[in-house]
Amino acid sequence: MEATREPSAQRLILSLSISGLVAGIVLVGVYDVTYPAIQKNRAEAVKKAVFKIYGEHTKGFEVFLLGSDHKTLQAFDMSGGALPEGSTVFGAVDSSGQLMGYAVPAEGAGFQDTIKILYGYDPTQKRIVGMEVLESKETPGLGDKIGSDAKFRANFTALSVEPAIQLVKGKKSGANEVDAISGATISSDAVVKILNRSLDQWRPILAAEAAKKSGAKER
Amino acid sequence: MATKMDDEEKQKLYDEFVKGIWRENPVFIQVLGLCPSLAVTNSLMNGIAMGAAVLFVLVCSSFLISLLRNVIPKPVRISIYIVVIATFVTAVDFTLAAVAPDLHKSLGAFIALIVVNCLILGRAEAFAGRHGVKESVADAIGMSIGFTLALCLIGGIREALGNGTLLGYSLFGPNFEPWVIMILPPGGFLTLGAYLFLFAYFKERSEEKKQRQADAARNLTEGRRAA
Repeated sequence: MEATREPSAQRLILSLSISGLVAGIVLVGVYDVTYPAIQKNRAEAVKKAVFKIYGEHTKGFEVFLLGSDHKTLQAFDMSGGALPEGSTVFGAVDSSGQLMGYAVPAEGAGFQDTIKILYGYDPTQKRIVGMEVLESKETPGLGDKIGSDAKFRANFTALSVEPAIQLVKGKKSGANEVDAISGATISSDAVVKILNRSLDQWRPILAAEAAKKSGAKER
Repeated sequence: MATKMDDEEKQKLYDEFVKGIWRENPVFIQVLGLCPSLAVTNSLMNGIAMGAAVLFVLVCSSFLISLLRNVIPKPVRISIYIVVIATFVTAVDFTLAAVAPDLHKSLGAFIALIVVNCLILGRAEAFAGRHGVKESVADAIGMSIGFTLALCLIGGIREALGNGTLLGYSLFGPNFEPWVIMILPPGGFLTLGAYLFLFAYFKERSEEKKQRQADAARNLTEGRRAA
Protein backbone atom coordinates (compact mmCIF):
# COMPACT_ATOMS: atom_id res chain seq x y z
CA MET A 1 0.00 0.00 0.00
CA GLU A 2 1.30 3.41 -0.93
CA ALA A 3 1.97 5.99 1.72
CA THR A 4 -1.23 7.97 2.28
CA ARG A 5 -0.68 11.68 2.43
CA GLU A 6 -3.23 13.89 4.14
CA PRO A 7 -5.31 15.56 1.45
CA SER A 8 -5.20 19.36 1.57
CA ALA A 9 -7.94 21.35 3.27
CA GLN A 10 -8.92 22.89 -0.04
CA ARG A 11 -9.50 19.45 -1.49
CA LEU A 12 -11.75 18.47 1.44
CA ILE A 13 -13.78 21.65 1.19
CA LEU A 14 -14.03 21.32 -2.57
CA SER A 15 -15.22 17.72 -2.51
CA LEU A 16 -17.77 18.38 0.23
CA SER A 17 -19.10 21.42 -1.63
CA ILE A 18 -19.33 19.54 -4.91
CA SER A 19 -21.19 16.64 -3.32
CA GLY A 20 -23.58 19.04 -1.57
CA LEU A 21 -24.13 20.99 -4.77
CA VAL A 22 -24.78 17.90 -6.87
CA ALA A 23 -27.16 16.50 -4.22
CA GLY A 24 -28.99 19.84 -4.10
CA ILE A 25 -29.37 20.03 -7.87
CA VAL A 26 -30.58 16.45 -8.07
CA LEU A 27 -33.14 17.03 -5.32
CA VAL A 28 -34.43 20.27 -6.85
CA GLY A 29 -34.80 18.42 -10.14
CA VAL A 30 -36.69 15.52 -8.56
CA TYR A 31 -38.88 17.92 -6.59
CA ASP A 32 -39.70 19.93 -9.70
CA VAL A 33 -40.63 16.86 -11.69
CA THR A 34 -42.73 15.25 -8.97
CA TYR A 35 -44.40 18.35 -7.47
CA PRO A 36 -47.38 18.64 -9.88
CA ALA A 37 -48.11 14.92 -9.55
CA ILE A 38 -47.91 15.11 -5.74
CA GLN A 39 -50.31 18.10 -5.68
CA LYS A 40 -52.71 16.27 -7.97
CA ASN A 41 -52.55 13.18 -5.76
CA ARG A 42 -53.35 15.31 -2.71
CA ALA A 43 -56.41 16.82 -4.39
CA GLU A 44 -57.42 13.33 -5.52
CA ALA A 45 -57.08 11.99 -1.96
CA VAL A 46 -59.31 14.78 -0.62
CA LYS A 47 -61.89 14.05 -3.31
CA LYS A 48 -61.89 10.35 -2.48
CA ALA A 49 -62.25 11.13 1.22
CA VAL A 50 -65.25 13.42 0.61
CA PHE A 51 -66.97 10.69 -1.39
CA LYS A 52 -66.13 8.11 1.28
CA ILE A 53 -67.65 10.24 4.05
CA TYR A 54 -70.88 11.03 2.24
CA GLY A 55 -71.35 7.65 0.58
CA GLU A 56 -72.85 6.57 -2.70
CA HIS A 57 -75.39 9.40 -3.01
CA THR A 58 -72.62 11.94 -3.48
CA LYS A 59 -72.70 13.47 -6.91
CA GLY A 60 -69.89 15.94 -6.54
CA PHE A 61 -68.59 18.63 -4.29
CA GLU A 62 -68.12 22.35 -4.25
CA VAL A 63 -65.01 24.03 -2.94
CA PHE A 64 -65.36 27.02 -0.66
CA LEU A 65 -62.62 29.38 0.40
CA LEU A 66 -62.87 31.27 3.66
CA GLY A 67 -63.21 34.96 2.86
CA SER A 68 -60.83 37.60 4.10
CA ASP A 69 -63.39 38.63 6.78
CA HIS A 70 -62.99 35.10 8.29
CA LYS A 71 -66.76 34.81 8.43
CA THR A 72 -68.20 34.03 5.02
CA LEU A 73 -67.43 31.41 2.40
CA GLN A 74 -66.66 32.05 -1.22
CA ALA A 75 -67.01 29.49 -4.00
CA PHE A 76 -63.77 28.42 -5.64
CA ASP A 77 -63.34 27.04 -9.15
CA MET A 78 -61.41 23.73 -8.88
CA SER A 79 -61.07 23.09 -12.63
CA GLY A 80 -57.32 23.69 -12.37
CA GLY A 81 -56.96 20.38 -10.53
CA ALA A 82 -54.96 21.64 -7.55
CA LEU A 83 -56.41 22.74 -4.23
CA PRO A 84 -56.38 26.45 -3.39
CA GLU A 85 -54.09 27.95 -0.77
CA GLY A 86 -55.74 29.03 2.46
CA SER A 87 -58.62 27.68 4.53
CA THR A 88 -61.00 25.58 2.45
CA VAL A 89 -64.09 23.51 3.08
CA PHE A 90 -65.90 21.21 0.72
CA GLY A 91 -69.66 21.03 0.31
CA ALA A 92 -70.87 17.56 -0.65
CA VAL A 93 -73.76 17.66 -3.10
CA ASP A 94 -76.20 14.85 -3.89
CA SER A 95 -77.71 14.07 -7.30
CA SER A 96 -80.51 16.64 -6.93
CA GLY A 97 -77.99 19.38 -6.25
CA GLN A 98 -78.90 19.48 -2.57
CA LEU A 99 -76.09 20.24 -0.10
CA MET A 100 -75.69 17.19 2.18
CA GLY A 101 -73.10 18.67 4.48
CA TYR A 102 -69.60 20.00 4.63
CA ALA A 103 -66.26 18.22 4.60
CA VAL A 104 -63.69 20.17 6.57
CA PRO A 105 -59.93 19.59 6.46
CA ALA A 106 -58.18 19.98 9.80
CA GLU A 107 -54.75 19.28 11.16
CA GLY A 108 -52.84 19.23 14.40
CA ALA A 109 -50.00 17.62 16.31
CA GLY A 110 -50.08 13.83 16.50
CA PHE A 111 -47.78 11.42 18.30
CA GLN A 112 -44.93 11.85 15.81
CA ASP A 113 -45.90 14.39 13.20
CA THR A 114 -48.82 16.50 12.03
CA ILE A 115 -52.02 14.54 11.46
CA LYS A 116 -54.18 15.81 8.61
CA ILE A 117 -57.80 14.72 8.62
CA LEU A 118 -61.00 15.51 6.77
CA TYR A 119 -64.28 15.29 8.64
CA GLY A 120 -67.85 15.51 7.50
CA TYR A 121 -69.97 18.01 9.42
CA ASP A 122 -73.70 18.53 9.22
CA PRO A 123 -74.42 22.05 10.57
CA THR A 124 -78.20 21.56 10.83
CA GLN A 125 -77.95 18.48 13.07
CA LYS A 126 -74.70 19.66 14.67
CA ARG A 127 -73.13 16.29 14.09
CA ILE A 128 -69.94 14.89 12.66
CA VAL A 129 -70.90 12.35 10.03
CA GLY A 130 -67.54 10.84 9.15
CA MET A 131 -63.76 11.17 9.50
CA GLU A 132 -60.95 10.28 7.12
CA VAL A 133 -57.22 10.53 7.80
CA LEU A 134 -55.49 12.25 4.89
CA GLU A 135 -51.91 12.20 6.13
CA SER A 136 -50.30 10.87 9.27
CA LYS A 137 -46.99 9.48 10.39
CA GLU A 138 -48.36 7.76 13.47
CA THR A 139 -46.70 4.54 14.65
CA PRO A 140 -47.47 1.87 12.09
CA GLY A 141 -49.64 -0.86 13.59
CA LEU A 142 -50.73 1.29 16.53
CA GLY A 143 -51.35 4.99 16.00
CA ASP A 144 -52.10 4.58 12.33
CA LYS A 145 -55.22 2.66 13.32
CA ILE A 146 -56.95 6.05 13.63
CA GLY A 147 -57.36 5.76 9.86
CA SER A 148 -57.99 2.03 9.50
CA ASP A 149 -59.64 0.66 12.65
CA ALA A 150 -63.32 0.06 11.86
CA LYS A 151 -64.39 0.28 15.52
CA PHE A 152 -62.67 3.63 15.99
CA ARG A 153 -64.01 5.02 12.75
CA ALA A 154 -67.53 4.03 13.73
CA ASN A 155 -67.24 6.65 16.51
CA PHE A 156 -67.48 9.37 13.90
CA THR A 157 -70.50 8.30 11.88
CA ALA A 158 -72.94 10.24 14.08
CA LEU A 159 -70.94 12.14 16.64
CA SER A 160 -72.62 14.96 18.47
CA VAL A 161 -70.43 18.04 18.86
CA GLU A 162 -72.47 19.60 21.64
CA PRO A 163 -71.02 19.64 24.29
CA ALA A 164 -67.43 19.31 23.05
CA ILE A 165 -66.22 15.86 21.98
CA GLN A 166 -64.77 13.74 24.79
CA LEU A 167 -62.29 10.86 24.62
CA VAL A 168 -63.20 7.87 26.80
CA LYS A 169 -61.52 4.51 27.34
CA GLY A 170 -63.45 1.28 27.16
CA LYS A 171 -67.08 2.28 26.99
CA LYS A 172 -68.75 4.95 24.95
CA SER A 173 -71.99 6.10 26.53
CA GLY A 174 -72.72 9.68 25.42
CA ALA A 175 -73.41 10.82 21.85
CA ASN A 176 -70.41 13.15 22.10
CA GLU A 177 -67.94 10.48 23.23
CA VAL A 178 -65.18 8.79 21.27
CA ASP A 179 -63.80 5.44 22.39
CA ALA A 180 -59.97 5.47 22.28
CA ILE A 181 -57.99 2.73 20.51
CA SER A 182 -56.17 0.62 23.11
CA GLY A 183 -52.43 1.16 22.71
CA ALA A 184 -52.98 4.35 20.73
CA THR A 185 -54.51 6.71 23.26
CA ILE A 186 -52.26 9.60 22.27
CA SER A 187 -53.20 9.36 18.59
CA SER A 188 -56.90 8.99 19.45
CA ASP A 189 -56.66 11.99 21.74
CA ALA A 190 -54.91 13.96 19.00
CA VAL A 191 -57.82 13.34 16.62
CA VAL A 192 -60.35 14.50 19.21
CA LYS A 193 -58.32 17.63 19.95
CA ILE A 194 -57.97 18.43 16.26
CA LEU A 195 -61.73 18.04 15.81
CA ASN A 196 -62.61 20.23 18.79
CA ARG A 197 -60.20 22.96 17.78
CA SER A 198 -61.34 22.95 14.17
CA LEU A 199 -65.00 22.92 15.20
CA ASP A 200 -64.48 25.99 17.39
CA GLN A 201 -63.39 27.83 14.28
CA TRP A 202 -65.81 26.43 11.71
CA ARG A 203 -69.05 25.80 13.59
CA PRO A 204 -70.31 29.42 13.61
CA ILE A 205 -69.26 29.96 10.00
CA LEU A 206 -70.89 26.79 8.70
CA ALA A 207 -74.03 27.31 10.80
CA ALA A 208 -74.42 30.81 9.34
CA GLU A 209 -73.91 29.48 5.82
CA ALA A 210 -76.47 26.71 6.32
CA ALA A 211 -78.99 29.19 7.77
CA LYS A 212 -78.44 31.47 4.78
CA LYS A 213 -79.09 28.58 2.37
CA SER A 214 -82.26 27.29 4.05
CA GLY A 215 -83.50 30.88 4.44
CA ALA A 216 -83.01 31.48 0.72
CA LYS A 217 -84.99 28.35 -0.10
CA GLU A 218 -87.93 29.18 2.13
CA ARG A 219 -88.30 32.61 0.64
CA MET B 1 -7.50 -19.57 -18.82
CA ALA B 2 -9.96 -16.78 -19.41
CA THR B 3 -12.93 -18.95 -18.54
CA LYS B 4 -11.26 -20.04 -15.34
CA MET B 5 -10.82 -16.41 -14.37
CA ASP B 6 -14.48 -15.77 -15.17
CA ASP B 7 -15.54 -18.71 -13.03
CA GLU B 8 -13.43 -17.52 -10.15
CA GLU B 9 -14.86 -14.05 -10.43
CA LYS B 10 -18.38 -15.39 -10.59
CA GLN B 11 -17.74 -17.55 -7.54
CA LYS B 12 -16.41 -14.50 -5.69
CA LEU B 13 -19.43 -12.38 -6.64
CA TYR B 14 -21.70 -15.23 -5.60
CA ASP B 15 -19.93 -15.44 -2.23
CA GLU B 16 -20.33 -11.71 -1.66
CA PHE B 17 -23.99 -12.07 -2.52
CA VAL B 18 -24.77 -15.09 -0.36
CA LYS B 19 -22.89 -14.10 2.77
CA GLY B 20 -25.35 -11.32 3.63
CA ILE B 21 -28.40 -13.53 3.49
CA TRP B 22 -27.51 -15.95 6.27
CA ARG B 23 -23.88 -16.33 7.38
CA GLU B 24 -23.37 -12.59 7.92
CA ASN B 25 -27.01 -11.62 8.23
CA PRO B 26 -27.00 -7.86 8.93
CA VAL B 27 -29.55 -8.00 11.74
CA PHE B 28 -29.04 -11.35 13.45
CA ILE B 29 -25.27 -11.72 13.10
CA GLN B 30 -23.84 -8.23 12.54
CA VAL B 31 -26.57 -6.62 14.69
CA LEU B 32 -26.72 -3.65 12.31
CA GLY B 33 -29.73 -1.52 11.39
CA LEU B 34 -31.56 -2.22 14.62
CA CYS B 35 -33.53 1.05 14.61
CA PRO B 36 -35.80 0.01 11.72
CA SER B 37 -35.66 -3.64 12.76
CA LEU B 38 -37.27 -2.72 16.05
CA ALA B 39 -39.39 0.25 15.00
CA VAL B 40 -41.20 -0.87 11.88
CA THR B 41 -41.56 -4.61 12.34
CA ASN B 42 -44.96 -4.71 13.99
CA SER B 43 -46.45 -6.23 10.88
CA LEU B 44 -45.15 -8.44 8.10
CA MET B 45 -46.17 -5.98 5.38
CA ASN B 46 -44.16 -3.20 7.02
CA GLY B 47 -41.12 -5.48 7.07
CA ILE B 48 -41.45 -6.24 3.37
CA ALA B 49 -41.96 -2.58 2.42
CA MET B 50 -39.02 -1.41 4.52
CA GLY B 51 -36.85 -4.16 3.06
CA ALA B 52 -37.74 -3.14 -0.49
CA ALA B 53 -36.97 0.52 0.19
CA VAL B 54 -33.64 -0.40 1.81
CA LEU B 55 -32.80 -2.64 -1.15
CA PHE B 56 -33.18 0.25 -3.55
CA VAL B 57 -31.25 2.78 -1.47
CA LEU B 58 -28.47 0.36 -0.50
CA VAL B 59 -27.86 -0.85 -4.06
CA CYS B 60 -27.88 2.69 -5.50
CA SER B 61 -25.63 4.16 -2.84
CA SER B 62 -23.22 1.18 -2.89
CA PHE B 63 -22.96 1.51 -6.65
CA LEU B 64 -22.22 5.22 -6.54
CA ILE B 65 -19.86 5.05 -3.57
CA SER B 66 -17.79 2.19 -4.96
CA LEU B 67 -17.64 4.06 -8.27
CA LEU B 68 -16.35 7.21 -6.58
CA ARG B 69 -14.24 5.51 -3.91
CA ASN B 70 -10.92 6.72 -5.34
CA VAL B 71 -12.13 10.31 -5.73
CA ILE B 72 -13.61 10.77 -2.27
CA PRO B 73 -10.96 12.06 0.19
CA LYS B 74 -10.68 9.79 3.23
CA PRO B 75 -11.17 12.36 6.04
CA VAL B 76 -14.59 13.51 4.76
CA ARG B 77 -15.83 10.20 3.37
CA ILE B 78 -18.53 9.66 6.00
CA SER B 79 -20.13 13.05 5.37
CA ILE B 80 -20.16 12.39 1.64
CA TYR B 81 -21.66 8.93 2.15
CA ILE B 82 -24.45 10.46 4.21
CA VAL B 83 -25.13 13.11 1.54
CA VAL B 84 -25.31 10.39 -1.13
CA ILE B 85 -27.63 8.22 0.97
CA ALA B 86 -29.88 11.10 2.00
CA THR B 87 -30.19 12.23 -1.61
CA PHE B 88 -31.33 8.80 -2.73
CA VAL B 89 -33.77 8.49 0.16
CA THR B 90 -35.34 11.88 -0.52
CA ALA B 91 -35.59 11.12 -4.23
CA VAL B 92 -37.35 7.84 -3.42
CA ASP B 93 -39.67 9.70 -1.05
CA PHE B 94 -40.75 12.24 -3.70
CA THR B 95 -41.02 9.67 -6.45
CA LEU B 96 -43.20 7.36 -4.38
CA ALA B 97 -45.46 10.25 -3.35
CA ALA B 98 -45.91 11.17 -7.01
CA VAL B 99 -46.21 7.72 -8.55
CA ALA B 100 -47.72 5.51 -5.84
CA PRO B 101 -49.46 7.71 -3.25
CA ASP B 102 -51.15 4.77 -1.53
CA LEU B 103 -47.88 2.93 -0.98
CA HIS B 104 -46.28 6.17 0.14
CA LYS B 105 -49.05 6.68 2.66
CA SER B 106 -48.68 3.20 4.11
CA LEU B 107 -44.90 3.55 4.38
CA GLY B 108 -45.43 6.84 6.20
CA ALA B 109 -42.51 7.63 8.45
CA PHE B 110 -40.26 4.75 7.38
CA ILE B 111 -38.76 6.25 4.30
CA ALA B 112 -37.05 9.09 6.12
CA LEU B 113 -35.76 6.53 8.63
CA ILE B 114 -33.63 4.87 5.97
CA VAL B 115 -31.15 7.79 6.06
CA VAL B 116 -30.13 6.89 9.59
CA ASN B 117 -30.10 3.15 8.96
CA CYS B 118 -26.58 2.22 10.02
CA LEU B 119 -26.72 -0.85 7.79
CA ILE B 120 -26.42 1.37 4.73
CA LEU B 121 -23.67 3.56 6.15
CA GLY B 122 -21.99 0.44 7.55
CA ARG B 123 -21.88 -1.30 4.18
CA ALA B 124 -20.75 1.89 2.48
CA GLU B 125 -17.86 2.27 4.93
CA ALA B 126 -16.93 -1.39 5.36
CA PHE B 127 -17.46 -2.64 1.84
CA ALA B 128 -18.42 -0.27 -0.99
CA GLY B 129 -15.66 2.20 -0.09
CA ARG B 130 -13.03 -0.53 -0.46
CA HIS B 131 -14.26 -2.79 -3.24
CA GLY B 132 -15.12 -2.64 -6.93
CA VAL B 133 -18.52 -1.82 -8.33
CA LYS B 134 -19.58 -5.40 -9.12
CA GLU B 135 -18.66 -6.81 -5.73
CA SER B 136 -20.29 -3.87 -3.95
CA VAL B 137 -23.58 -4.28 -5.79
CA ALA B 138 -23.55 -8.04 -5.14
CA ASP B 139 -22.83 -7.37 -1.47
CA ALA B 140 -25.59 -4.73 -1.32
CA ILE B 141 -28.22 -7.02 -2.86
CA GLY B 142 -27.27 -9.89 -0.56
CA MET B 143 -27.26 -7.69 2.53
CA SER B 144 -30.63 -6.14 1.73
CA ILE B 145 -32.20 -9.54 1.09
CA GLY B 146 -30.81 -10.70 4.43
CA PHE B 147 -32.15 -7.54 6.06
CA THR B 148 -35.59 -8.02 4.48
CA LEU B 149 -35.62 -11.65 5.59
CA ALA B 150 -34.80 -10.63 9.17
CA LEU B 151 -37.50 -7.91 9.20
CA CYS B 152 -40.04 -10.41 7.86
CA LEU B 153 -39.09 -13.01 10.49
CA ILE B 154 -39.49 -10.44 13.28
CA GLY B 155 -42.56 -8.77 11.73
CA GLY B 156 -44.31 -12.07 11.08
CA ILE B 157 -44.02 -13.21 14.69
CA ARG B 158 -45.04 -9.82 16.08
CA GLU B 159 -48.05 -9.43 13.81
CA ALA B 160 -49.21 -13.01 14.40
CA LEU B 161 -49.02 -12.78 18.19
CA GLY B 162 -49.78 -9.10 18.64
CA ASN B 163 -52.65 -8.72 16.21
CA GLY B 164 -53.69 -12.30 15.41
CA THR B 165 -53.17 -11.69 11.69
CA LEU B 166 -50.60 -12.26 8.99
CA LEU B 167 -50.55 -9.80 6.07
CA GLY B 168 -53.96 -8.69 7.32
CA TYR B 169 -55.53 -12.17 7.20
CA SER B 170 -56.89 -13.44 10.49
CA LEU B 171 -54.90 -16.42 11.78
CA PHE B 172 -56.53 -17.67 14.95
CA GLY B 173 -60.16 -16.73 14.55
CA PRO B 174 -62.18 -14.11 16.42
CA ASN B 175 -61.67 -15.61 19.89
CA PHE B 176 -57.94 -14.93 19.92
CA GLU B 177 -56.98 -12.23 22.38
CA PRO B 178 -53.99 -10.47 20.81
CA TRP B 179 -50.86 -9.90 22.89
CA VAL B 180 -50.82 -6.17 22.42
CA ILE B 181 -47.33 -5.99 23.92
CA MET B 182 -45.90 -7.73 20.87
CA ILE B 183 -46.92 -4.77 18.67
CA LEU B 184 -45.66 -2.26 21.22
CA PRO B 185 -41.93 -1.48 21.37
CA PRO B 186 -41.12 -4.09 24.07
CA GLY B 187 -42.39 -6.81 21.74
CA GLY B 188 -39.72 -5.80 19.24
CA PHE B 189 -36.98 -6.21 21.83
CA LEU B 190 -38.40 -9.54 23.03
CA THR B 191 -38.63 -10.97 19.52
CA LEU B 192 -35.24 -9.69 18.44
CA GLY B 193 -33.69 -10.99 21.65
CA ALA B 194 -35.16 -14.44 21.07
CA TYR B 195 -33.82 -14.52 17.51
CA LEU B 196 -30.36 -13.32 18.58
CA PHE B 197 -30.31 -16.06 21.21
CA LEU B 198 -31.24 -18.70 18.64
CA PHE B 199 -28.67 -17.51 16.12
CA ALA B 200 -25.92 -17.29 18.73
CA TYR B 201 -26.80 -20.76 20.01
CA PHE B 202 -26.63 -22.38 16.57
CA LYS B 203 -23.47 -20.51 15.71
CA GLU B 204 -21.76 -21.66 18.88
CA ARG B 205 -22.92 -25.21 18.39
CA SER B 206 -21.62 -25.41 14.85
CA GLU B 207 -18.32 -23.92 16.00
CA GLU B 208 -18.08 -26.44 18.82
CA LYS B 209 -18.80 -29.21 16.39
CA LYS B 210 -16.09 -27.99 14.04
CA GLN B 211 -13.68 -27.71 16.94
CA ARG B 212 -14.46 -31.22 18.08
CA GLN B 213 -13.95 -32.60 14.59
CA ALA B 214 -10.65 -30.79 14.35
CA ASP B 215 -9.61 -32.11 17.74
CA ALA B 216 -10.59 -35.64 16.82
CA ALA B 217 -8.65 -35.44 13.58
CA ARG B 218 -5.59 -34.14 15.38
CA ASN B 219 -5.86 -36.76 18.08
CA LEU B 220 -6.09 -39.46 15.47
CA THR B 221 -2.93 -38.35 13.72
CA GLU B 222 -0.97 -37.65 16.86
CA GLY B 223 -2.28 -40.71 18.65
CA ARG B 224 -3.26 -38.80 21.77
CA ARG B 225 -6.14 -39.47 24.17
CA ALA B 226 -9.58 -38.86 22.56
CA ALA B 227 -11.49 -35.81 23.73
